[in-house]
Amino acid sequence: MAEDQGKEKQASGQEAAGKPAPEAKGAGGKPAAPGKPAAPAAEPWDGELVQSLRKAFPDISLEALTYRAQNYFILPRESALPVAMHLKAECGFNMLADLTAVDYPQREMRFEVIYQLYSFPRNERLRLKVPLGETESIESVVPVWGTADWLEREAYDMFGIRFEHHPDLRRILLPEEWQGYPLRKDYSILQQDTKWVQENLHIESGQ
Amino acid sequence: MMETAPKATFLDANEIVINMGPQHPSTHGVLRVILKLDGEKVLGTECVIGYLHRGVEKIAENRTYVQFTPYVDRMDYVAAVSNGLGYCEAVEKLLGVEVPPRARYVRTILTELNRITSHLLWLGTHAMDLGAFTPLFYTFREREEILKVFENYCGARLTTHAFRIGGLQYETYDGFEEQVKAICDTFPAKIDEYEVLLTLNRIWLERTKKVGILKAEDAIDLGVTGPVLRASGVQWDIRKAMPYAAYEEFEFDIPTGENGDTYDRYLVRVEEMRQALRIARQAVDRLPSGPILGKVPKVIKPAVGEVYHSIEAPKGELGYFVVSDGSTQPYRVRVRPPSFINLQALDRMVRGHLVADVVAVIGTLDIVLGEVDR
Repeated sequence: MAEDQGKEKQASGQEAAGKPAPEAKGAGGKPAAPGKPAAPAAEPWDGELVQSLRKAFPDISLEALTYRAQNYFILPRESALPVAMHLKAECGFNMLADLTAVDYPQREMRFEVIYQLYSFPRNERLRLKVPLGETESIESVVPVWGTADWLEREAYDMFGIRFEHHPDLRRILLPEEWQGYPLRKDYSILQQDTKWVQENLHIESGQ
Repeated sequence: MMETAPKATFLDANEIVINMGPQHPSTHGVLRVILKLDGEKVLGTECVIGYLHRGVEKIAENRTYVQFTPYVDRMDYVAAVSNGLGYCEAVEKLLGVEVPPRARYVRTILTELNRITSHLLWLGTHAMDLGAFTPLFYTFREREEILKVFENYCGARLTTHAFRIGGLQYETYDGFEEQVKAICDTFPAKIDEYEVLLTLNRIWLERTKKVGILKAEDAIDLGVTGPVLRASGVQWDIRKAMPYAAYEEFEFDIPTGENGDTYDRYLVRVEEMRQALRIARQAVDRLPSGPILGKVPKVIKPAVGEVYHSIEAPKGELGYFVVSDGSTQPYRVRVRPPSFINLQALDRMVRGHLVADVVAVIGTLDIVLGEVDR
Protein backbone atom coordinates (compact mmCIF):
# COMPACT_ATOMS: atom_id res chain seq x y z
CA MET A 1 0.00 0.00 0.00
CA ALA A 2 1.80 3.08 1.22
CA GLU A 3 5.54 3.20 0.94
CA ASP A 4 6.60 6.69 1.93
CA GLN A 5 7.71 7.41 5.45
CA GLY A 6 4.51 9.31 6.04
CA LYS A 7 2.79 5.98 6.51
CA GLU A 8 5.58 4.26 8.40
CA LYS A 9 3.85 4.41 11.70
CA GLN A 10 0.58 3.11 10.37
CA ALA A 11 2.16 0.50 8.17
CA SER A 12 4.06 -1.11 11.01
CA GLY A 13 0.84 -1.41 12.95
CA GLN A 14 -0.88 -2.95 9.98
CA GLU A 15 1.74 -5.56 9.20
CA ALA A 16 1.21 -7.06 12.61
CA ALA A 17 -2.49 -7.41 11.89
CA GLY A 18 -2.63 -8.01 8.20
CA LYS A 19 -6.33 -8.62 7.91
CA PRO A 20 -8.26 -5.40 7.43
CA ALA A 21 -11.65 -6.72 8.51
CA PRO A 22 -12.48 -8.19 11.89
CA GLU A 23 -14.89 -10.58 10.20
CA ALA A 24 -11.97 -12.37 8.60
CA LYS A 25 -10.97 -13.59 12.01
CA GLY A 26 -14.51 -14.29 13.13
CA ALA A 27 -14.59 -17.72 11.56
CA GLY A 28 -11.85 -18.95 13.83
CA GLY A 29 -12.74 -16.75 16.80
CA LYS A 30 -14.59 -19.30 18.84
CA PRO A 31 -15.05 -18.53 22.57
CA ALA A 32 -12.31 -20.98 23.38
CA ALA A 33 -9.67 -18.83 21.73
CA PRO A 34 -10.78 -15.20 22.08
CA GLY A 35 -8.29 -13.44 19.86
CA LYS A 36 -8.31 -9.70 19.50
CA PRO A 37 -9.96 -8.58 16.26
CA ALA A 38 -7.51 -7.26 13.74
CA ALA A 39 -6.55 -3.63 14.13
CA PRO A 40 -8.26 -1.48 11.51
CA ALA A 41 -6.04 -0.37 8.71
CA ALA A 42 -5.97 2.57 6.39
CA GLU A 43 -7.16 1.16 3.10
CA PRO A 44 -6.75 2.54 -0.36
CA TRP A 45 -9.77 4.36 -1.63
CA ASP A 46 -10.91 4.73 -5.17
CA GLY A 47 -13.94 6.57 -6.26
CA GLU A 48 -15.23 9.04 -8.75
CA LEU A 49 -13.61 11.87 -6.79
CA VAL A 50 -10.21 10.17 -6.75
CA GLN A 51 -10.34 9.51 -10.46
CA SER A 52 -11.37 13.03 -11.29
CA LEU A 53 -8.46 14.33 -9.26
CA ARG A 54 -6.00 11.94 -10.83
CA LYS A 55 -7.18 12.98 -14.27
CA ALA A 56 -6.88 16.67 -13.44
CA PHE A 57 -3.45 16.26 -11.85
CA PRO A 58 -1.78 13.33 -13.59
CA ASP A 59 1.76 14.14 -12.60
CA ILE A 60 1.52 14.57 -8.84
CA SER A 61 1.85 11.71 -6.42
CA LEU A 62 -1.59 11.58 -4.90
CA GLU A 63 -2.38 8.91 -2.35
CA ALA A 64 -6.01 8.22 -1.62
CA LEU A 65 -6.78 6.33 1.56
CA THR A 66 -9.63 5.77 3.90
CA TYR A 67 -9.69 4.98 7.60
CA ARG A 68 -12.79 4.37 9.70
CA ALA A 69 -14.89 5.48 6.74
CA GLN A 70 -13.14 8.83 6.49
CA ASN A 71 -11.48 9.56 3.19
CA TYR A 72 -8.28 11.47 2.82
CA PHE A 73 -5.62 12.37 0.32
CA ILE A 74 -1.93 12.77 0.95
CA LEU A 75 -0.53 15.43 -1.34
CA PRO A 76 2.87 16.95 -1.95
CA ARG A 77 3.22 20.50 -0.80
CA GLU A 78 3.42 22.24 -4.18
CA SER A 79 0.12 20.80 -5.27
CA ALA A 80 -1.84 21.79 -2.19
CA LEU A 81 -3.16 25.07 -3.56
CA PRO A 82 -4.00 23.84 -7.11
CA VAL A 83 -5.77 20.78 -5.73
CA ALA A 84 -7.66 22.95 -3.26
CA MET A 85 -8.79 25.25 -6.04
CA HIS A 86 -9.86 22.30 -8.14
CA LEU A 87 -11.76 20.71 -5.29
CA LYS A 88 -13.64 23.90 -4.60
CA ALA A 89 -14.36 24.83 -8.20
CA GLU A 90 -15.02 21.45 -9.77
CA CYS A 91 -15.93 19.07 -7.00
CA GLY A 92 -18.04 21.32 -4.82
CA PHE A 93 -15.97 21.38 -1.63
CA ASN A 94 -16.99 24.86 -0.73
CA MET A 95 -16.29 24.88 2.98
CA LEU A 96 -13.02 24.55 4.78
CA ALA A 97 -14.08 23.12 8.10
CA ASP A 98 -10.65 23.12 9.71
CA LEU A 99 -7.00 23.71 8.97
CA THR A 100 -4.41 22.51 11.38
CA ALA A 101 -1.10 20.73 11.62
CA VAL A 102 0.46 17.81 13.42
CA ASP A 103 4.11 17.55 14.41
CA TYR A 104 5.95 14.30 13.74
CA PRO A 105 9.53 15.13 14.69
CA GLN A 106 10.75 11.63 14.01
CA ARG A 107 9.81 11.89 10.34
CA GLU A 108 11.89 13.62 7.75
CA MET A 109 8.97 15.83 6.76
CA ARG A 110 8.28 17.07 10.21
CA PHE A 111 4.89 18.66 9.89
CA GLU A 112 1.69 17.50 8.32
CA VAL A 113 -0.77 20.22 7.44
CA ILE A 114 -4.33 18.95 7.61
CA TYR A 115 -7.27 20.43 5.74
CA GLN A 116 -10.76 19.24 6.61
CA LEU A 117 -13.08 20.01 3.74
CA TYR A 118 -16.82 19.76 3.46
CA SER A 119 -19.03 19.89 0.43
CA PHE A 120 -22.53 21.20 0.88
CA PRO A 121 -23.93 19.87 -2.40
CA ARG A 122 -22.44 16.40 -1.88
CA ASN A 123 -22.75 16.30 1.92
CA GLU A 124 -19.33 14.77 2.03
CA ARG A 125 -16.25 15.32 4.11
CA LEU A 126 -12.71 15.03 2.86
CA ARG A 127 -9.33 15.44 4.45
CA LEU A 128 -6.13 16.60 2.78
CA LYS A 129 -2.81 15.87 4.42
CA VAL A 130 0.27 17.68 3.19
CA PRO A 131 3.65 16.67 4.63
CA LEU A 132 5.94 19.62 5.14
CA GLY A 133 9.56 19.89 6.14
CA GLU A 134 10.65 22.00 9.05
CA THR A 135 11.98 24.90 7.05
CA GLU A 136 9.57 24.62 4.16
CA SER A 137 6.63 26.87 3.66
CA ILE A 138 3.29 26.19 2.04
CA GLU A 139 1.00 28.30 -0.11
CA SER A 140 -1.82 29.90 1.76
CA VAL A 141 -5.31 28.82 0.75
CA VAL A 142 -6.89 32.11 1.79
CA PRO A 143 -7.76 32.90 -1.86
CA VAL A 144 -9.81 29.71 -1.98
CA TRP A 145 -11.57 29.77 1.39
CA GLY A 146 -11.72 32.91 3.53
CA THR A 147 -11.80 30.82 6.71
CA ALA A 148 -8.16 29.97 6.26
CA ASP A 149 -7.10 33.42 7.42
CA TRP A 150 -7.24 32.90 11.15
CA LEU A 151 -6.74 29.16 10.93
CA GLU A 152 -3.40 29.59 9.18
CA ARG A 153 -2.42 32.25 11.66
CA GLU A 154 -3.08 29.77 14.42
CA ALA A 155 -1.04 27.06 12.70
CA TYR A 156 1.79 29.57 12.34
CA ASP A 157 1.45 30.60 15.96
CA MET A 158 1.48 27.08 17.34
CA PHE A 159 3.86 25.34 14.95
CA GLY A 160 5.86 27.98 13.15
CA ILE A 161 4.64 26.93 9.71
CA ARG A 162 4.94 29.77 7.24
CA PHE A 163 2.11 30.28 4.77
CA GLU A 164 3.20 32.10 1.63
CA HIS A 165 1.08 35.03 0.48
CA HIS A 166 -1.05 35.05 3.57
CA PRO A 167 -2.55 38.55 3.93
CA ASP A 168 -1.42 39.02 7.52
CA LEU A 169 0.65 36.21 9.01
CA ARG A 170 1.29 36.89 12.65
CA ARG A 171 0.57 35.32 15.97
CA ILE A 172 -3.01 35.15 17.01
CA LEU A 173 -3.38 33.38 20.35
CA LEU A 174 -0.02 34.16 21.85
CA PRO A 175 1.41 37.63 22.24
CA GLU A 176 3.22 38.98 19.19
CA GLU A 177 6.64 38.96 20.80
CA TRP A 178 6.45 35.41 22.13
CA GLN A 179 9.34 33.20 21.16
CA GLY A 180 8.81 29.56 20.54
CA TYR A 181 6.11 27.41 18.98
CA PRO A 182 4.21 25.60 21.72
CA LEU A 183 2.52 22.73 19.92
CA ARG A 184 5.79 21.35 18.59
CA LYS A 185 6.81 18.18 20.33
CA ASP A 186 10.14 19.60 21.48
CA TYR A 187 8.37 22.36 23.43
CA SER A 188 7.85 20.97 26.90
CA ILE A 189 4.47 21.19 28.61
CA LEU A 190 5.95 23.36 31.36
CA GLN A 191 8.00 25.54 29.08
CA GLN A 192 7.24 29.24 28.71
CA ASP A 193 8.88 32.24 27.16
CA THR A 194 10.23 33.34 30.55
CA LYS A 195 11.74 36.50 29.15
CA TRP A 196 8.34 37.67 27.91
CA VAL A 197 6.66 36.65 31.17
CA GLN A 198 9.20 38.54 33.26
CA GLU A 199 9.12 41.65 31.16
CA ASN A 200 5.41 41.89 30.67
CA LEU A 201 3.89 40.31 33.72
CA HIS A 202 6.61 41.35 36.17
CA ILE A 203 6.82 37.99 37.83
CA GLU A 204 9.69 35.56 38.04
CA SER A 205 8.02 32.77 36.17
CA GLY A 206 4.57 31.67 35.18
CA GLN A 207 4.94 28.36 37.01
CA MET B 1 8.16 80.22 28.40
CA MET B 2 4.78 79.26 27.14
CA GLU B 3 4.54 76.59 24.55
CA THR B 4 2.91 77.63 21.36
CA ALA B 5 0.03 75.49 20.22
CA PRO B 6 0.98 72.97 17.54
CA LYS B 7 -0.08 73.81 14.02
CA ALA B 8 -2.07 70.70 13.27
CA THR B 9 -3.51 68.49 15.96
CA PHE B 10 -4.75 64.98 15.86
CA LEU B 11 -8.21 66.42 16.30
CA ASP B 12 -8.14 67.32 12.63
CA ALA B 13 -8.03 63.72 11.61
CA ASN B 14 -11.25 61.99 10.73
CA GLU B 15 -10.29 58.50 11.75
CA ILE B 16 -9.78 57.47 15.31
CA VAL B 17 -8.71 54.14 16.63
CA ILE B 18 -10.52 53.03 19.73
CA ASN B 19 -9.82 50.03 21.84
CA MET B 20 -12.73 47.95 23.11
CA GLY B 21 -11.79 45.47 25.78
CA PRO B 22 -10.34 43.14 26.90
CA GLN B 23 -12.24 44.23 29.97
CA HIS B 24 -15.59 45.35 28.70
CA PRO B 25 -19.08 44.42 29.78
CA SER B 26 -20.28 43.64 26.30
CA THR B 27 -17.54 41.56 24.86
CA HIS B 28 -18.69 38.39 26.60
CA GLY B 29 -15.32 37.55 27.95
CA VAL B 30 -11.81 38.75 27.41
CA LEU B 31 -12.05 39.87 23.83
CA ARG B 32 -10.23 42.92 22.58
CA VAL B 33 -11.60 44.62 19.50
CA ILE B 34 -9.67 47.49 18.00
CA LEU B 35 -12.07 49.72 16.13
CA LYS B 36 -11.16 52.24 13.50
CA LEU B 37 -13.90 54.81 13.47
CA ASP B 38 -14.90 57.78 11.43
CA GLY B 39 -17.01 59.54 14.00
CA GLU B 40 -19.39 56.76 14.92
CA LYS B 41 -19.11 54.78 11.76
CA VAL B 42 -16.94 51.70 11.85
CA LEU B 43 -14.32 51.59 9.12
CA GLY B 44 -12.66 48.44 10.22
CA THR B 45 -12.10 46.20 13.18
CA GLU B 46 -9.41 43.90 14.39
CA CYS B 47 -9.94 41.26 17.03
CA VAL B 48 -7.11 40.55 19.39
CA ILE B 49 -7.70 37.25 21.10
CA GLY B 50 -5.69 34.88 23.19
CA TYR B 51 -6.35 36.31 26.62
CA LEU B 52 -7.91 33.04 27.69
CA HIS B 53 -5.51 30.73 25.89
CA ARG B 54 -4.75 27.86 28.22
CA GLY B 55 -3.04 25.45 25.88
CA VAL B 56 -5.76 22.82 26.01
CA GLU B 57 -4.48 21.11 22.88
CA LYS B 58 -1.01 20.80 24.39
CA ILE B 59 -2.45 19.46 27.63
CA ALA B 60 -4.27 16.80 25.65
CA GLU B 61 -0.96 15.35 24.53
CA ASN B 62 0.03 14.86 28.15
CA ARG B 63 -3.05 13.19 29.53
CA THR B 64 -4.71 9.90 28.78
CA TYR B 65 -7.91 9.87 26.79
CA VAL B 66 -10.03 9.55 29.90
CA GLN B 67 -8.05 12.12 31.86
CA PHE B 68 -8.60 14.67 29.13
CA THR B 69 -12.38 14.48 29.23
CA PRO B 70 -12.87 17.05 32.04
CA TYR B 71 -10.65 19.57 30.24
CA VAL B 72 -12.95 19.54 27.29
CA ASP B 73 -15.85 21.04 29.28
CA ARG B 74 -13.81 24.10 30.08
CA MET B 75 -13.53 25.28 26.53
CA ASP B 76 -17.09 26.25 25.75
CA TYR B 77 -17.98 26.43 29.40
CA VAL B 78 -21.55 27.44 28.67
CA ALA B 79 -22.33 24.27 26.73
CA ALA B 80 -20.06 21.81 28.46
CA VAL B 81 -22.26 18.81 27.76
CA SER B 82 -21.90 19.30 24.01
CA ASN B 83 -18.15 19.54 24.26
CA GLY B 84 -18.06 16.30 26.16
CA LEU B 85 -20.32 14.64 23.63
CA GLY B 86 -18.12 15.64 20.72
CA TYR B 87 -14.93 14.42 22.36
CA CYS B 88 -16.37 11.14 23.62
CA GLU B 89 -17.88 10.40 20.24
CA ALA B 90 -14.62 11.18 18.46
CA VAL B 91 -12.69 8.79 20.68
CA GLU B 92 -15.43 6.19 20.31
CA LYS B 93 -15.11 6.49 16.55
CA LEU B 94 -11.37 6.04 16.85
CA LEU B 95 -11.83 2.96 19.01
CA GLY B 96 -14.69 1.57 16.97
CA VAL B 97 -16.84 1.26 20.07
CA GLU B 98 -20.59 1.22 19.79
CA VAL B 99 -22.61 3.13 22.33
CA PRO B 100 -25.75 1.36 23.60
CA PRO B 101 -29.14 2.90 22.73
CA ARG B 102 -30.03 4.00 26.23
CA ALA B 103 -26.80 5.94 26.53
CA ARG B 104 -27.37 7.55 23.14
CA TYR B 105 -30.85 8.67 24.14
CA VAL B 106 -29.77 10.09 27.47
CA ARG B 107 -26.89 11.84 25.77
CA THR B 108 -29.31 13.38 23.30
CA ILE B 109 -31.61 14.57 26.07
CA LEU B 110 -28.82 16.16 28.04
CA THR B 111 -27.28 17.74 24.98
CA GLU B 112 -30.55 19.27 23.91
CA LEU B 113 -31.18 20.60 27.41
CA ASN B 114 -27.71 22.05 27.26
CA ARG B 115 -28.53 23.68 23.95
CA ILE B 116 -31.45 25.37 25.65
CA THR B 117 -29.31 26.61 28.55
CA SER B 118 -26.73 27.94 26.15
CA HIS B 119 -29.32 29.78 24.10
CA LEU B 120 -31.01 31.12 27.23
CA LEU B 121 -27.73 32.57 28.43
CA TRP B 122 -27.12 33.98 24.98
CA LEU B 123 -30.58 35.55 24.88
CA GLY B 124 -30.29 37.12 28.30
CA THR B 125 -26.85 38.61 27.74
CA HIS B 126 -27.49 39.68 24.16
CA ALA B 127 -30.67 41.48 25.16
CA MET B 128 -28.90 43.08 28.08
CA ASP B 129 -26.12 44.34 25.82
CA LEU B 130 -28.72 46.09 23.73
CA GLY B 131 -30.40 47.60 26.73
CA ALA B 132 -33.23 45.16 27.42
CA PHE B 133 -32.49 44.21 30.98
CA THR B 134 -35.62 42.21 31.79
CA PRO B 135 -35.10 39.07 29.65
CA LEU B 136 -31.87 38.36 31.49
CA PHE B 137 -33.67 37.67 34.74
CA TYR B 138 -36.31 35.54 33.12
CA THR B 139 -33.87 33.44 31.12
CA PHE B 140 -31.61 32.85 34.09
CA ARG B 141 -34.58 31.85 36.20
CA GLU B 142 -35.57 29.23 33.64
CA ARG B 143 -32.02 28.14 33.21
CA GLU B 144 -32.04 27.18 36.87
CA GLU B 145 -34.61 24.48 36.19
CA ILE B 146 -32.38 22.78 33.66
CA LEU B 147 -29.25 23.23 35.71
CA LYS B 148 -31.06 21.41 38.50
CA VAL B 149 -31.42 18.44 36.16
CA PHE B 150 -27.70 18.49 35.42
CA GLU B 151 -26.87 18.78 39.06
CA ASN B 152 -29.10 15.88 39.97
CA TYR B 153 -27.60 13.82 37.19
CA CYS B 154 -23.89 14.38 37.46
CA GLY B 155 -23.35 16.74 40.35
CA ALA B 156 -22.27 19.79 38.45
CA ARG B 157 -24.24 22.63 36.90
CA LEU B 158 -21.79 24.14 34.48
CA THR B 159 -18.78 21.99 33.72
CA THR B 160 -20.67 18.76 33.85
CA HIS B 161 -18.28 16.00 32.67
CA ALA B 162 -21.47 14.13 31.99
CA PHE B 163 -20.34 11.53 29.49
CA ARG B 164 -17.66 8.91 29.41
CA ILE B 165 -15.95 7.24 26.51
CA GLY B 166 -18.30 4.44 25.55
CA GLY B 167 -21.47 5.81 27.08
CA LEU B 168 -22.41 7.15 30.46
CA GLN B 169 -21.04 6.57 33.88
CA TYR B 170 -24.13 7.37 35.88
CA GLU B 171 -27.51 5.84 35.44
CA THR B 172 -30.29 8.38 35.34
CA TYR B 173 -31.59 9.25 38.76
CA ASP B 174 -35.09 8.54 40.05
CA GLY B 175 -37.30 11.28 38.78
CA PHE B 176 -35.14 12.16 35.79
CA GLU B 177 -37.83 11.46 33.26
CA GLU B 178 -40.49 13.30 35.24
CA GLN B 179 -38.27 16.32 35.64
CA VAL B 180 -37.40 16.43 31.95
CA LYS B 181 -41.03 16.02 30.99
CA ALA B 182 -41.98 18.84 33.35
CA ILE B 183 -39.43 21.05 31.65
CA CYS B 184 -40.73 20.13 28.21
CA ASP B 185 -44.27 20.97 29.37
CA THR B 186 -43.60 24.30 31.01
CA PHE B 187 -40.89 25.73 28.79
CA PRO B 188 -42.76 26.63 25.61
CA ALA B 189 -44.83 29.09 27.60
CA LYS B 190 -41.68 30.67 28.95
CA ILE B 191 -40.20 31.03 25.50
CA ASP B 192 -43.41 32.75 24.49
CA GLU B 193 -42.82 35.18 27.33
CA TYR B 194 -39.44 36.15 25.95
CA GLU B 195 -40.89 36.56 22.50
CA VAL B 196 -43.57 38.84 23.87
CA LEU B 197 -40.85 41.03 25.28
CA LEU B 198 -38.63 41.17 22.23
CA THR B 199 -39.87 39.85 18.93
CA LEU B 200 -42.22 42.67 18.00
CA ASN B 201 -40.61 45.25 20.22
CA ARG B 202 -39.98 48.42 18.26
CA ILE B 203 -36.66 49.10 19.94
CA TRP B 204 -35.48 45.55 19.41
CA LEU B 205 -36.43 45.67 15.76
CA GLU B 206 -34.64 48.94 15.22
CA ARG B 207 -31.49 47.63 16.83
CA THR B 208 -31.37 44.24 15.22
CA LYS B 209 -32.96 44.43 11.81
CA LYS B 210 -30.45 44.97 8.99
CA VAL B 211 -27.59 44.93 11.46
CA GLY B 212 -24.66 42.68 10.75
CA ILE B 213 -25.90 41.19 7.53
CA LEU B 214 -23.97 38.13 6.43
CA LYS B 215 -24.88 36.72 3.07
CA ALA B 216 -24.96 33.00 2.47
CA GLU B 217 -21.94 32.86 0.13
CA ASP B 218 -19.87 34.89 2.57
CA ALA B 219 -20.96 32.68 5.41
CA ILE B 220 -19.91 29.51 3.61
CA ASP B 221 -16.65 31.08 2.46
CA LEU B 222 -15.80 32.12 5.99
CA GLY B 223 -16.67 28.69 7.33
CA VAL B 224 -19.30 30.08 9.64
CA THR B 225 -21.56 27.40 11.07
CA GLY B 226 -24.41 27.02 13.47
CA PRO B 227 -27.30 29.44 13.91
CA VAL B 228 -25.31 32.18 12.18
CA LEU B 229 -25.14 30.13 8.99
CA ARG B 230 -28.73 29.05 9.22
CA ALA B 231 -29.91 32.61 9.67
CA SER B 232 -28.12 33.49 6.43
CA GLY B 233 -30.34 31.09 4.58
CA VAL B 234 -28.32 27.88 4.42
CA GLN B 235 -30.41 25.10 5.86
CA TRP B 236 -27.66 22.92 7.24
CA ASP B 237 -27.48 21.17 10.55
CA ILE B 238 -25.06 18.38 11.32
CA ARG B 239 -27.76 16.64 13.31
CA LYS B 240 -29.60 16.11 10.04
CA ALA B 241 -26.73 16.00 7.57
CA MET B 242 -24.49 13.55 9.44
CA PRO B 243 -26.45 12.37 12.43
CA TYR B 244 -24.77 11.27 15.60
CA ALA B 245 -25.99 10.15 19.04
CA ALA B 246 -29.67 9.34 18.61
CA TYR B 247 -30.74 12.21 16.36
CA GLU B 248 -31.75 10.03 13.44
CA GLU B 249 -34.67 8.71 15.36
CA PHE B 250 -36.34 11.99 16.16
CA GLU B 251 -38.31 14.45 14.13
CA PHE B 252 -37.36 18.05 14.31
CA ASP B 253 -37.14 21.07 12.03
CA ILE B 254 -34.19 23.22 11.22
CA PRO B 255 -35.11 26.88 11.52
CA THR B 256 -33.60 29.05 8.84
CA GLY B 257 -33.53 32.77 8.33
CA GLU B 258 -33.68 34.85 5.19
CA ASN B 259 -31.66 37.98 5.51
CA GLY B 260 -28.77 36.97 7.67
CA ASP B 261 -29.17 39.92 9.98
CA THR B 262 -29.15 40.02 13.77
CA TYR B 263 -32.92 39.75 13.98
CA ASP B 264 -32.92 36.53 11.97
CA ARG B 265 -30.23 35.05 14.18
CA TYR B 266 -32.40 35.88 17.17
CA LEU B 267 -35.44 34.18 15.62
CA VAL B 268 -33.40 31.13 14.60
CA ARG B 269 -32.06 30.59 18.10
CA VAL B 270 -35.44 31.05 19.74
CA GLU B 271 -36.93 28.51 17.37
CA GLU B 272 -34.02 26.17 18.02
CA MET B 273 -34.96 26.21 21.68
CA ARG B 274 -38.44 25.03 20.80
CA GLN B 275 -37.06 22.31 18.54
CA ALA B 276 -34.69 21.23 21.27
CA LEU B 277 -37.65 20.76 23.58
CA ARG B 278 -39.34 18.74 20.89
CA ILE B 279 -36.34 16.42 20.58
CA ALA B 280 -35.97 16.08 24.32
CA ARG B 281 -39.66 15.24 24.63
CA GLN B 282 -39.47 12.52 22.00
CA ALA B 283 -36.33 11.10 23.53
CA VAL B 284 -37.65 10.98 27.05
CA ASP B 285 -40.94 9.42 25.93
CA ARG B 286 -39.15 6.62 24.15
CA LEU B 287 -36.22 6.13 26.46
CA PRO B 288 -35.12 2.49 26.08
CA SER B 289 -33.76 0.44 28.89
CA GLY B 290 -30.48 -1.36 28.77
CA PRO B 291 -26.79 -0.92 29.50
CA ILE B 292 -25.31 2.52 29.60
CA LEU B 293 -21.72 1.77 28.75
CA GLY B 294 -20.47 0.02 25.63
CA LYS B 295 -17.63 -2.46 25.41
CA VAL B 296 -14.68 -0.27 26.18
CA PRO B 297 -11.33 -1.75 27.13
CA LYS B 298 -10.02 -0.98 30.57
CA VAL B 299 -7.04 0.84 29.17
CA ILE B 300 -7.99 2.98 26.20
CA LYS B 301 -5.34 2.54 23.56
CA PRO B 302 -6.78 3.18 20.13
CA ALA B 303 -5.02 1.84 17.09
CA VAL B 304 -2.77 4.15 15.13
CA GLY B 305 -4.90 6.45 13.07
CA GLU B 306 -6.85 9.63 13.15
CA VAL B 307 -10.44 10.65 13.08
CA TYR B 308 -12.35 13.90 12.63
CA HIS B 309 -15.75 13.98 14.24
CA SER B 310 -17.95 16.99 14.53
CA ILE B 311 -21.24 17.72 16.21
CA GLU B 312 -23.74 20.53 16.12
CA ALA B 313 -22.88 22.42 19.28
CA PRO B 314 -25.08 25.38 20.22
CA LYS B 315 -22.42 27.70 18.78
CA GLY B 316 -21.83 25.85 15.52
CA GLU B 317 -19.83 22.93 14.21
CA LEU B 318 -17.64 21.69 17.01
CA GLY B 319 -15.10 19.28 15.60
CA TYR B 320 -12.49 17.07 17.20
CA PHE B 321 -9.56 15.79 15.19
CA VAL B 322 -7.93 13.10 17.30
CA VAL B 323 -4.67 11.50 16.21
CA SER B 324 -3.59 8.34 17.92
CA ASP B 325 -0.14 6.81 17.88
CA GLY B 326 -1.19 3.63 19.59
CA SER B 327 -0.35 4.75 23.12
CA THR B 328 -2.64 5.64 26.00
CA GLN B 329 -2.24 9.36 25.40
CA PRO B 330 -3.51 11.05 22.27
CA TYR B 331 -0.80 12.21 19.91
CA ARG B 332 -2.74 15.31 18.94
CA VAL B 333 -6.18 16.58 19.74
CA ARG B 334 -7.32 19.45 17.62
CA VAL B 335 -10.54 21.19 18.55
CA ARG B 336 -12.30 22.95 15.71
CA PRO B 337 -13.80 25.83 17.67
CA PRO B 338 -17.01 27.27 16.19
CA SER B 339 -16.71 30.53 18.09
CA PHE B 340 -13.19 31.18 16.79
CA ILE B 341 -14.25 30.73 13.20
CA ASN B 342 -17.50 32.64 13.61
CA LEU B 343 -15.60 35.52 15.18
CA GLN B 344 -13.61 35.93 12.00
CA ALA B 345 -16.80 37.09 10.35
CA LEU B 346 -17.09 40.03 12.74
CA ASP B 347 -15.03 42.33 10.56
CA ARG B 348 -17.11 41.73 7.49
CA MET B 349 -20.39 42.03 9.32
CA VAL B 350 -19.68 45.26 11.12
CA ARG B 351 -18.18 47.50 8.44
CA GLY B 352 -20.26 50.54 7.75
CA HIS B 353 -22.32 50.17 10.87
CA LEU B 354 -22.22 52.35 13.95
CA VAL B 355 -20.28 51.64 17.09
CA ALA B 356 -23.37 50.54 18.96
CA ASP B 357 -23.93 47.87 16.34
CA VAL B 358 -20.57 46.31 17.10
CA VAL B 359 -21.98 45.30 20.45
CA ALA B 360 -25.04 43.84 18.77
CA VAL B 361 -22.97 41.83 16.33
CA ILE B 362 -20.58 40.45 18.91
CA GLY B 363 -23.58 39.37 20.91
CA THR B 364 -25.33 37.81 17.98
CA LEU B 365 -22.34 35.70 17.02
CA ASP B 366 -22.66 34.02 20.41
CA ILE B 367 -19.01 33.56 21.13
CA VAL B 368 -17.51 32.05 24.23
CA LEU B 369 -13.94 33.11 24.73
CA GLY B 370 -13.03 29.83 26.35
CA GLU B 371 -13.65 28.23 23.01
CA VAL B 372 -12.11 30.97 20.90
CA ASP B 373 -8.85 30.83 22.78
CA ARG B 374 -8.84 27.29 24.20
